[in-house]
Amino acid sequence: MQKITGGKDISGCAVSGILNTNGKKIDGRYIIRSIANMHDRSNGLGGGFAAYGIYPSYKEYYAFHLMFDDSYARERCEEFLDKNFLIEREGDIPTRKTVIQNPPILRRYFVEPREEKLDKSSEDDFVIREVMKINSDIEGSYVLSSGKNMAAFKAVGFPEDVGNFYRLEEYKAETWIAHGRFPTNTPGWWGGAHPFALLDYSIVHNGEISSYGINKRYLEMFGYRCTLLTDTEVMAYLFDLLVRRHKLPMKIACKAFAPPFWDEIDRMPEKEKKVMKTIRTVYGSCLVNGPFSIILGFKNGMLALNDRIKLRPLIAATKKDFLMVSSEEAGIREICKEPDKIWSPKAGEPVIGLIGKGVVEEG
Amino acid sequence: MLSLCKGEFSVERDDDRCIRCLVCVRQCPSDVHKYDEEEDRIYSDESECVGCQRCATLCPTDAITIRYKPMEMKENANWKTYHLTNIYKQAETGGILLTGMGNDKPYPIYWDHILLNASQVTNPSIDPLREPMELRTYLGRKPDLLDIEDGDELILKTEISPQLKLELPVLFSAMSYGSISLNAVKSLERAATIAGTYYNTGEGGLHKDLHKYGKNTIVQCASGRFGVSPDYLNAGAAVEIKIGQGAKPGIGGHLPGEKVLEEISETRMIVEGTDALSPAPHHDIYSIEDLRQLIFALKETIAYEKPVGVKIAAVHNSAAISSGMARAGADFIALDGVRGGTGAAPLVTRDNVGIPIELALASIDQRLREEGIRNNASLIIAGGIRSSSDIIKAIALGADAVYIGTAALVALGCHLCQKCYTGKCAWGIATQDPYLTKRLNPEIGTRRLVNLLNAWSNEMKELIGGMGINAIESLRGNRLQLRGVGLTDTEYKILGILPAGE
Repeated sequence: MQKITGGKDISGCAVSGILNTNGKKIDGRYIIRSIANMHDRSNGLGGGFAAYGIYPSYKEYYAFHLMFDDSYARERCEEFLDKNFLIEREGDIPTRKTVIQNPPILRRYFVEPREEKLDKSSEDDFVIREVMKINSDIEGSYVLSSGKNMAAFKAVGFPEDVGNFYRLEEYKAETWIAHGRFPTNTPGWWGGAHPFALLDYSIVHNGEISSYGINKRYLEMFGYRCTLLTDTEVMAYLFDLLVRRHKLPMKIACKAFAPPFWDEIDRMPEKEKKVMKTIRTVYGSCLVNGPFSIILGFKNGMLALNDRIKLRPLIAATKKDFLMVSSEEAGIREICKEPDKIWSPKAGEPVIGLIGKGVVEEG
Repeated sequence: MLSLCKGEFSVERDDDRCIRCLVCVRQCPSDVHKYDEEEDRIYSDESECVGCQRCATLCPTDAITIRYKPMEMKENANWKTYHLTNIYKQAETGGILLTGMGNDKPYPIYWDHILLNASQVTNPSIDPLREPMELRTYLGRKPDLLDIEDGDELILKTEISPQLKLELPVLFSAMSYGSISLNAVKSLERAATIAGTYYNTGEGGLHKDLHKYGKNTIVQCASGRFGVSPDYLNAGAAVEIKIGQGAKPGIGGHLPGEKVLEEISETRMIVEGTDALSPAPHHDIYSIEDLRQLIFALKETIAYEKPVGVKIAAVHNSAAISSGMARAGADFIALDGVRGGTGAAPLVTRDNVGIPIELALASIDQRLREEGIRNNASLIIAGGIRSSSDIIKAIALGADAVYIGTAALVALGCHLCQKCYTGKCAWGIATQDPYLTKRLNPEIGTRRLVNLLNAWSNEMKELIGGMGINAIESLRGNRLQLRGVGLTDTEYKILGILPAGE
């Protein structure tokens, strides 16, 4: 399978997400219908989903979804896994025969890091490091997702076919996010499909980041290796750095990615002005410039964000305890004829829904 | 002794056009033009002409043409006119040859081998006439992370180091009062204030009339310590320790006694008419740990309220030196390349010492990133920046801002005759002669400089908008927006850019 190593990946796309803020679970059919209704935003070169709360019996273990080009890659990778992790359970990822062509070997492993390998790093840091090693050092192996009680499912194809291929109707999740891809310059590669997932974060993205060059170099300063050359990978690492490692509140991290204009900051009340000015000054290299709408899934919620001048579409809606976000209103109306509320989030203002807390930011 | 050097220029006068207004006679500080009343004719002594174009520019009937006409020797690939005339001059004087302005030798100019990207289809370009486009830049040390507490309101728990706020990523380079006239300094100061940026005093101290306008001033502390006092250090918005200068790495500043008149002597605290020769090194800095001590001595003096930076010339191991400076407490690093200008420097040093700023910048930015200390210090680069596109390329390579010196002087009227060290600048810039300095009206000078900065701002906005970027920080260090043409593999590697087509 061809891994992309040339230039940066450029793509248009459709995104969609559903969260139940009370943690009630729904199966995968709804999200498939939502993303399928925006069929023309994809071109069949990539589709994918992430689901949260799907492995309750193994929720203490990191659920590694892996793909291998061949059995040799699998052997080498399993050797590596065995050396660094205790494998509680493993098996094939269930799929069915559909129009999806040439699937790689798809396996899942529920693992925990070996105590003696942890050294002084936290479990999460260790897992990230090992995942990066697999992706960059073990040829033909790629980690689709590595979080707890969640997983990513992706492939080359239209998203509805990908959902069918992975039998998503058999999974029940409190958060679903989905992506249909329209790449413009890369042959289809399964790893290049979205969502991009790292630990509990999974991200789907529509857009192209003009600041990619500096975002990447900034992340490299903190030890991240951007191997996939996709904007989405960079977004995921930025969230990981600012939210998990720097412990910034999520809405503040969003202000670093899509900050208000200086004109606006100059007019803010003194205290707020100081905070915003400092964020922009210190996190200037995290500004994600260029058109994007993203949906981020995480352990207990979902976040959607547009670039600072809203160059990509994003619509949000609520119905009872459900929060839905989508590239187009059509993606929402397909599964919910009469939302309680439907709106277009402001540029650079996040929509955040949290399980147990409801919709805390409306954008 | 008979001089074997001839003048470098020919003066052609169209006598049909000449109205004998004598502007040329009055304007030429080198006394090239002489009027013979009896004959009613103007004669020109070409041997004294420096090619400053003052007479040609001001001649109301356009009667004068100044042409570059070096001595034409028998062709010789090794012995160029440059070498012969230098030897003649040295055989006549026994001295080190002086020159002014930056290196004019044809070393590669990498800006001219770098092209910029633009958005097409997949990513919309942004129109600066219709959308906000931000050039604001903050210079100074930044922490790696912020501690912010989320509650009813956000509480910022990290106090960050003092920062310089620039409305555009361009500052006026260090040019001392002494090397340039007070009117030139005033023009720079006022333009910096209007444009929301800074000018730099150079190592000549701060004229007493300018102390109260320190808000947009970077005060320099060089090895000669001319004019340095607690008052002076506190008068500016930032302090810059000058270790070296691109036009003369390895040696100290140089102000010929001809230019040390009363007010200069008072400002610099030196005797009138003496050469002001700064020591080559600071005599209290013989190592990086000594530099650290001076940085903190200065920070103590200004109560840690303003940034303290360090300026060095770009030399072979700038990257390692910069790493040391960033760790020694410098809030910004100013880096001056081999094409950097000067008021006076030994010709042999100017033409042969240092490295191109593009390569130095690329390697320093990369080195600081590899060491994870790029946030420790901002990077200001200098040395031959000619246009807004040079600035955009510099920022994409990794600079936070650029210093412009020569370009600012050109805006004030400089024609690059390279004779600053003589003190006879016909444009009233690099001179202290009252007859000449009054030619530069600071009001008009200010307007010309502000116009230049506005024009460049608008051009920079067009360029970054074209890339689909609406804030300058998304361009900084974003080398993917650059492509090279006609470079070697090694140069691509050092610059960290791809060849066009890749």
